[in-house]
Order: sequence, then C-alpha cells, then structure tokens
Amino acid sequence: MDAATWTVVRLTAELAALSTTLLLLLGTPLAWWLARTASPAKPLLAALVAMPLVLPPSVLGFYLLLLMGPQGPVGQFTQWLGLGRLPFTFSGLVVASVIYSMPFVVQPLQQAFEAIPERTLEAAATLRAGPLDRFFTIALPLARPGLVTASVLGFAHTVGEFGVVLMIGGNIPGQTRVLSVALFEHVEAAEFAAAHRLAAGMLGFALVVLVLLHLANRSARGARAA
Amino acid sequence: MPTFAPLARTALLCTAALLGNTARADEVLVAVAANFAGPLAALAEGFTAATGHTLKASAGATGKFYSQIASGAPFQVLLAADDETPRRLVAEGHAVAGSQFTYAIGVLVLWSAQAGMVDDQGAVLAGGRFARLAVANPKLAPYGAAAMEVLKARGLADALAPRLVTAESIAQAYQFVATGNAELGFVALSQVAVPGRPPTGSHWKVPASLHGEIRQDAVLLKPGAQSAAASALLSYLKSPAARKLIQAWGYGA
Repeated sequence: MDAATWTVVRLTAELAALSTTLLLLLGTPLAWWLARTASPAKPLLAALVAMPLVLPPSVLGFYLLLLMGPQGPVGQFTQWLGLGRLPFTFSGLVVASVIYSMPFVVQPLQQAFEAIPERTLEAAATLRAGPLDRFFTIALPLARPGLVTASVLGFAHTVGEFGVVLMIGGNIPGQTRVLSVALFEHVEAAEFAAAHRLAAGMLGFALVVLVLLHLANRSARGARAA
Repeated sequence: MPTFAPLARTALLCTAALLGNTARADEVLVAVAANFAGPLAALAEGFTAATGHTLKASAGATGKFYSQIASGAPFQVLLAADDETPRRLVAEGHAVAGSQFTYAIGVLVLWSAQAGMVDDQGAVLAGGRFARLAVANPKLAPYGAAAMEVLKARGLADALAPRLVTAESIAQAYQFVATGNAELGFVALSQVAVPGRPPTGSHWKVPASLHGEIRQDAVLLKPGAQSAAASALLSYLKSPAARKLIQAWGYGA
C-alpha cells in the first residue's frame, strides 16, 4: 500500500472510530428514552432519527453545505465560537457522519432496550436500585447484543458513507479524502487498477464485519438461552 | 382469463406505439460537460425550431462520461470539456472517426460570490483575504487542470495548496463558491456571465496566456451513428446562429 492510500485508509478509520464513539454516547441515552417514553414527542423524534434511512445523502449534503456555510446558522455559530467553518474539514465530516449514521446506532439499541421486560427493572427498583444503577447494571448488560450491532453498523456505515462526504468534503488529502471518495476519483479518472484495490478491500471489509456481527449475535443469543 | 385478454392487447399496443416513437429517433441523448449545460439548454430551443428534433441532456464531468461511455452508456453525442476525451473515444472505437470538432473554447475565471473581492488582475490570489479556493479536480476536469496551470504560472501552487478544495466537477466548484463555503474559485465564464442576468459577485477573466487552451470538442458516439437527430445536432452547433449564441455565453469560438 502506497503512502497516499495509507493516509486515506487511516483517515477513514479515524473518522469511523470517532463518529461511532460519539454516536454511542449520544445514541444510547436517546435510544433508552425512545424505548421507555410515552411522550407525545416520541413519534416525531423517532422519525427524525430515521430520516437518513429514507433521504438521499445528497439532501443531507446540500443542507449541511448551506447550514454550515458562512450564511448558515450553524456556520455563524461555529464562527462565533471561533471554530471557523465546518465544510471541508475533518470535524465537519464527523458532524455529518453522526447525523447520517444515527439510525444505524439508535434503532438496534432501542430494540434491545424495548426487549427488556419491565418486570426486571421493577424488581431491581424494589431492591432499591436507582434509575442510573438500573440502567448501568441491568439494562446495558442485557442490551449487549444491541450495543454490538449498533457499534458495528455505525462504524461500517460511516466507512461506507459517500454522498454526504462528496458534497461537503472537498476531497482534501489527509483531511476529508476518505476511502469512498478516493475510490470515486479513481473510477472517474479511469484508474481501474487502483479502484479495484480499494473496492475489493471495502468489499472484503464489509463481508468480514457482517459475518463477525452475525457470529457475535448468535453466540450472545446462545449464551442467553443456556 | 377472457377479461384480461383485451387489456393485455391494449397494453401491448401502447408499448409498441411508445417504442415506435423512440425508434424514430427524433430525440438525441447528449452527454454535456457541466460548464456547457446552460448554453446547451439555450441552444435546444433553436435546434428544435430549425430541425424539428429535440435533445435530452445529461450534465456532468467529462471524465465520468468517459467511463460511462466506455462501459456502454447510451449517449449519442458527447459535448466534452476537453479535446482529449473525444480523441480517446474515437481511438478506442466508442465514437465515430472524423466526427470530432471544437464547438467552444473555454474561458476560465476566478470568481467570488462577494462583490469587490476579486480584482481585474487576480491579485487577490496572492493575498490572505480568503481561506478556501475551490478548483475542479485537475485529474478529471480540464478547467481544473487549467486552474492549476494558472497557479503555477503565478508561482502560487505550493503556497495555496493548503487552501485548495477540490470539487468533482466545475459545477461543484461553482456550488462551493456560490454557497460562500469557498471565498474564491476557478470556474467557467459561462457559469458566471449568464446572458440576460446581471453577473453576481466579482470575477477575473484569466488571460488565456496563463494556461493551455481549453478546447471543448464534440463527437458523435457509436449509439448515435445512425441517428438523424444526432447528426443534425452536430451540424447545428456549427451554424452561425449557434456560434453567435455560444459566444454570447462567454466562449471563444
């Protein structure tokens, strides 16, 4: 692997790892709330989280470009904070990835939380376990398969992200030039050998990830059944 | 199923009628370089009036069209942003030999959406008043390659490298500048000087001496070899009326 390709791979892994971490930190409380709440705001929030599943990435990319630009509210806010503007930066890609991969993290977690019987939590409450205690010692361990699925899908989906990155990234080596964009450029420039290397690598990566996920979830189910 | 038979027959007849229409080929499918999409839309009217044919255009980066055409895309005419791609398509047997000609000579401009930002000498490039300079990917877009030649000619290529953002086509470069995300960008004159619309922002028409000539060539592709509409379009592009309109859009011709 040459230096340029290595930079692209490392940048992609960094983006996916950082985005997944943020997604778990934000997505876990959100999924817990969605799983337990009877609030009338739930359908709206659940729909907002699921939006990236049904919208073309270009919609998100277009609005992020406008919102994060110098005239956009987000752009003015980040400039006011002294952070500059987000398009064409690594931070901008992280923000976009967190929004774009949100349903892939929240939905498996929410399903896992919903599968925990209310009685289990009530039993813990009668043993004087507080809400936080119940969450960390009961809900989270029981939701482990969901947590694994959420992490893996969040990571893999960020690696596979293309449309949004193309629209707000600016293809800067070492900053916003991730695998999918580098691959696109090779294809456009008819550099098919280089394109094959990246494409086959991503194909293999996706397959390995999904097989591992399948195995992990099967062993988790097996452990619970035993 | 007696009730379905007439329905099926009607459907079949309708399909045949539709297919018959397209087979008569009054419509030409054009792959057009992003910078020429506007002028082509303006040309379409005159083309239909003069020949009775219509055209359907897909705008994009010339490099992308090359890959698609080489993989069997059904485009009948390519209006490229360079002369290299048509030549290559002819050499590789995807386009009709002898059909290639220059339909426009591209004019590169340095453009900003802000009025008064760009001076008429392009001196703004050497200053520090901008954070981002958008160029089309020089590997994929001839205007991007020309832009890099300008930076080299001015001795600024290395100094400005950290401030460059690369768009996948000249259309995206325009979009980066139009949204203000890049203060400056190299785009085509045809994108900023639209006839009948006051120019926005400020721009510097880059002298042709600073970069290689951007010859934009048209070529008849193999799927259009038998199409009367495709040949008619290529002839129409050479007509005085079309030449005049192409010049009005800021191309040398």
